[in-house]
Amino acid sequence: MTRRSLLLLLTFILALDARVASAGNELLNASYDVTRGFYRDFNPAFAADWKQKTGEDVRINQSHGGSTKQARAIIDGLEADVVTSNNPLDIDAIVDKAHLIPRDWASKFPHNSAPSWSTILFVVRKGNPKGIRDWSDLAKPGVSVIVPNPKTSGNGRYSYLAAWEWAKRNNGGNEAAARDFVTRLFRHVPVLDTGGRGATTTFAHRGIGDVLLTFENEVRLIQSELGDRFEVVVPSLTVRADNPVAVVEKVAAKKGTTRVAQAYLAFHYSDAGQELFANNDIRPVNDAILKKYASRFPPLNTFDVDQAFGGWARAQAVHFADGGIFDQIYQGN
Amino acid sequence: MAASANEVRPTPPTDAGSSAPPPFEPLMQRNAAITEPGWVRWTLTGVAVVFLSLFLLLPLVSVFTEALRNGVGAYLSAIAEPDTLSSIRLTLIAAAIAVPLNLLLGVSAAWAITKFEFRGKSVLISLIDLPFSVSPVVSGLIYVLIFGRQGYLGPWVADHDIKILFAVPGIVLATIFVTFPFIARELIPLMQEQGTESEQAALSLGASGWQTFWHVTLPNIKWGLLYGVLLCNARAMGEFGAVSVVSGHIRGQTNTMPLQIEILYNEYSFSAAFAVASLLAGLALVTLGVKSLLEWRYGDELAASRRH
Amino acid sequence: MTTVSKAGRRKPPRSVIPGFGITLGFTLAYLSLIVLIPLAGVFFKSAGLGWEGIWHVVSSPRVLAALKLSFGAALIAALINAVFGPLVAWVFVRYRFPGKRFFDAVIDLPFALPTAVAGIALTALYSANGWVGQFLEPLGIKVAFTPVGVIVAMTFIGLPFVVRTVQPVLEEAEKELEEAAATLGASRWQTISQVILPTVLPALLTGFALAFARAVGEYGSVIFIAGNLPMVSEIAPLLIIIKLEEFDYAGATAIAATMLVLSFSLLLMINGLQAWARRRHGHGR
Repeated sequence: MTRRSLLLLLTFILALDARVASAGNELLNASYDVTRGFYRDFNPAFAADWKQKTGEDVRINQSHGGSTKQARAIIDGLEADVVTSNNPLDIDAIVDKAHLIPRDWASKFPHNSAPSWSTILFVVRKGNPKGIRDWSDLAKPGVSVIVPNPKTSGNGRYSYLAAWEWAKRNNGGNEAAARDFVTRLFRHVPVLDTGGRGATTTFAHRGIGDVLLTFENEVRLIQSELGDRFEVVVPSLTVRADNPVAVVEKVAAKKGTTRVAQAYLAFHYSDAGQELFANNDIRPVNDAILKKYASRFPPLNTFDVDQAFGGWARAQAVHFADGGIFDQIYQGN
Repeated sequence: MAASANEVRPTPPTDAGSSAPPPFEPLMQRNAAITEPGWVRWTLTGVAVVFLSLFLLLPLVSVFTEALRNGVGAYLSAIAEPDTLSSIRLTLIAAAIAVPLNLLLGVSAAWAITKFEFRGKSVLISLIDLPFSVSPVVSGLIYVLIFGRQGYLGPWVADHDIKILFAVPGIVLATIFVTFPFIARELIPLMQEQGTESEQAALSLGASGWQTFWHVTLPNIKWGLLYGVLLCNARAMGEFGAVSVVSGHIRGQTNTMPLQIEILYNEYSFSAAFAVASLLAGLALVTLGVKSLLEWRYGDELAASRRH
Repeated sequence: MTTVSKAGRRKPPRSVIPGFGITLGFTLAYLSLIVLIPLAGVFFKSAGLGWEGIWHVVSSPRVLAALKLSFGAALIAALINAVFGPLVAWVFVRYRFPGKRFFDAVIDLPFALPTAVAGIALTALYSANGWVGQFLEPLGIKVAFTPVGVIVAMTFIGLPFVVRTVQPVLEEAEKELEEAAATLGASRWQTISQVILPTVLPALLTGFALAFARAVGEYGSVIFIAGNLPMVSEIAPLLIIIKLEEFDYAGATAIAATMLVLSFSLLLMINGLQAWARRRHGHGR
């Protein structure tokens, strides 16, 4: 027993000392949760393209998790060369807390460094028995709404902001009316799951709620996984949820991967990359390609969080921070 | 072995009755004085079975039902996926390091606590229990606070290019933390029960400390040790929260089985997630099967050692 | 058990048994390296807030409600296990019925099953359209997405602790004592409550303490079934996660440190009580 224990102890010590091979041709992409399908298509496409252009091989490792959790991991030392997020705030956090990314990251690539975007839609049960057409229907008596927790999920945050902005615009820009509507809306929420997938399970598998608020690409996954039991409702106004990308420059510089990391992100904007987004139900920023897939992407009337809420940082501070309006909604009564 | 321990005792208590039944068969003796009427027995058994079914059996069945929803073919291909296989490998590695280390700790803590009297023993036992009460989230967070880029040792670790967080060592550390108390907790009551006179006898006959442990103590505690190792191993493989914080979720590299389950779930691969989960549930059944087998095979010896 | 062993335990001749220094030293070193020093980090980090800051975080109504839920539900779950755990152990040790070995094996399932899987499985069972929930729903009993669901999940994860600590003690319990009691005219109930229960009590307390401690901090299995509505069904570990999502490490560690102190005090109390019960009844375990 002792000899084996010693051997294992030795293994342990060796494992402690294991150094990561810092070859210049290996990238780590820290991404949010539902992009696995997309990157499974995209990474080989990029590797082939890179090989053709430079003759070099490149291997891309993927890490997936909640967007904010991934940002935190990078801040705490996860050596990702690139970060691909579903909101700009998480990349800003890496800038502020760990100084690994330059402050002007959004200007490094076109479209504020966001090569794709998605939006919040409604999913209702087949036949739309409660007749849900727009935001106003969500706060009607007898309607139960499933939305993930805005404190812990991107979908929740975007859904909340979309509801707020719709109510504000429908009440002549009155913030108090918006707050009143969002407060009433959340009284119709029986469960606050911590993530989008949990909310979908609650709605689809547990049969709770009349309407689910979630990202467009998840809507498609629900339909392919769970079949023909649901319908999609496009509200009169919804939010544009940009998916920004950035090179984690200090990490890439240390690992000597800056060049390939930049090329990797730039490839997101290529026609091939944009087509892959569309194929995975994420809206490409290239309008020509978006039009080509018009049958997948219904026309929308969207607003932008930066414009409507005076920037993401402000939206976060006012609405979702500790003691913010979302907390007040639950603690005020 | 067990018999040598018996010799120093005044009278090894045997099971009731002059008819001297085999030691492992006392359960259903129809001795009216020490058993309950039939209806009580059946009621209690019924209550226990219903309770266990509601809380344990049904969840187990539902895991396998979900896992096999898309058929056996889909089940097998879900498990044979390369990322899943690598997660199984990592889980085995983490357990193979964490369990022996905690075994070492368990034995030495139990020895110190049960063979000697000292101040603050209750405090020490409570400290050993402590990892049970730490939220898994926090169990991971503590290593981030130490080894993270902004952690107390973060800069030093980074300067020496040592990978702890978001690599295998971090996962092993978190696993050790979470499974820390299991073996000690199994051994302490058992060794408390056994007292110290067997060891004293052996020592007075000239055995060295090590020989005493190896030939007197160990045979007496081996069953408790085995149970502890099995439980510790099950928990080591199943731990999710703490490992999730320190893993970094790099596909094919730092995902353990529970993390792979989460990823599959989040990707809407519901039945694949449950397929991997069913492996871990199966692990519980297999280890317990092994335990039952050993109990059956060495039943007499076990009954004897348990009794002292 | 025997008088010899009791005396031996009380006053061990320190000179005879070797290894005190090395085993205690190793235990303390290992404990410090793996548990205490890392946990100290939690306190250092939260100390950055100062007493006032910590109080501000912990005394907010939402945190108080969550702490109340986590500790309250854990207490109820541990009490449920303290009733059913010994019952299950008793049935396993004393009776024989078909499927006993299988049920015995299933007891350890909550250890092996990743907590998130357990949470999803329990939610599936106890929600209104689940195998169990569909029978409870007409009775007006809602389990999933209510505090009751939290208790169900915590009962699930705590059960093995109680069963597995009580079971070996019952296996060891000497039947002569029961027979003697019966011979002296005690009814079966008197025998159980006055002979068997005191024997089992220290182990039961240990199991109760462990089940309680484990349930307080539980996250994975509870989060799916809880509903997570602030002030109603939001558990304290979720608030730690929320603080982390806001990059508020100090706030997160403040809640964590508070929970640690509370849990540790309770463990200390129960372990002290357990030691007292063992001394008082002069029984092992």
